[in-house]
Amino acid sequence: MSLKLVFLGRLEDAAGLPEREVEAVASVSAVLAGLDPELAAALRADKVKLAVNGMLFHDLDAPVLKDGDELAFLPPVSGG
Amino acid sequence: MKTLRASDDPRADVRLLIHPFDPPIELAMFISAHPAAGGVASFVGQVRIDAGADPVEALELRHYEPLTLPAMQDLADTTVRRFSLEGLLVVHRSGEMTPGDPIVLVAAAARHRREAFAAAEFAMDHLKSQSWFWKREKVGGVWRWIEPRIQDYDDLSRWT
Repeated sequence: MSLKLVFLGRLEDAAGLPEREVEAVASVSAVLAGLDPELAAALRADKVKLAVNGMLFHDLDAPVLKDGDELAFLPPVSGG
Repeated sequence: MKTLRASDDPRADVRLLIHPFDPPIELAMFISAHPAAGGVASFVGQVRIDAGADPVEALELRHYEPLTLPAMQDLADTTVRRFSLEGLLVVHRSGEMTPGDPIVLVAAAARHRREAFAAAEFAMDHLKSQSWFWKREKVGGVWRWIEPRIQDYDDLSRWT
């Protein structure tokens, strides 16, 4: 029972690695509560978007998570 | 060679590459594939060779598989329809590059030149500001992430 977290761009540095697995919980708030507070704050920052299994959410509290979900935290893009 | 490819509108050829590519060869093939076009406008973006005191040694683009290519395809489809193109080619690199390496090639084939020029510019402005890429540069042996440029958003506002 786990979730996969993916950290893009500068969030990779904040997390110390590009992705990690955490125990499955039902909400994004519960995921963030289990992380280092500094990292959680970086993920909650205004301009960071969230994708769950490739679908974008503007409200972090909207998605109901299930086992095996992939959560990607997306800071503003910096262009090609 | 790994090519991630998606195609919805058959007139749009969109590729996300994790290996180097040769823009002149891609452009020559694109032109010969569109004999009905009266003109082809193209743009190549490349990693600048920086002669300053702290030159960029390498540039890396990261993408996120579930979002990056589908969004590029959507943009290409929009561009093809908006400018009534005969064809549109979008080739974009991901991964690590060094100065002089091509990053992006956009080529638009249209009946008339104005649509070709405008379509290439429209596609580039949207690719630069809205596509799912994160960029970092290596300077003096140290990698740092690049934040978005306001200029890229300003470029986009011309099309609304």
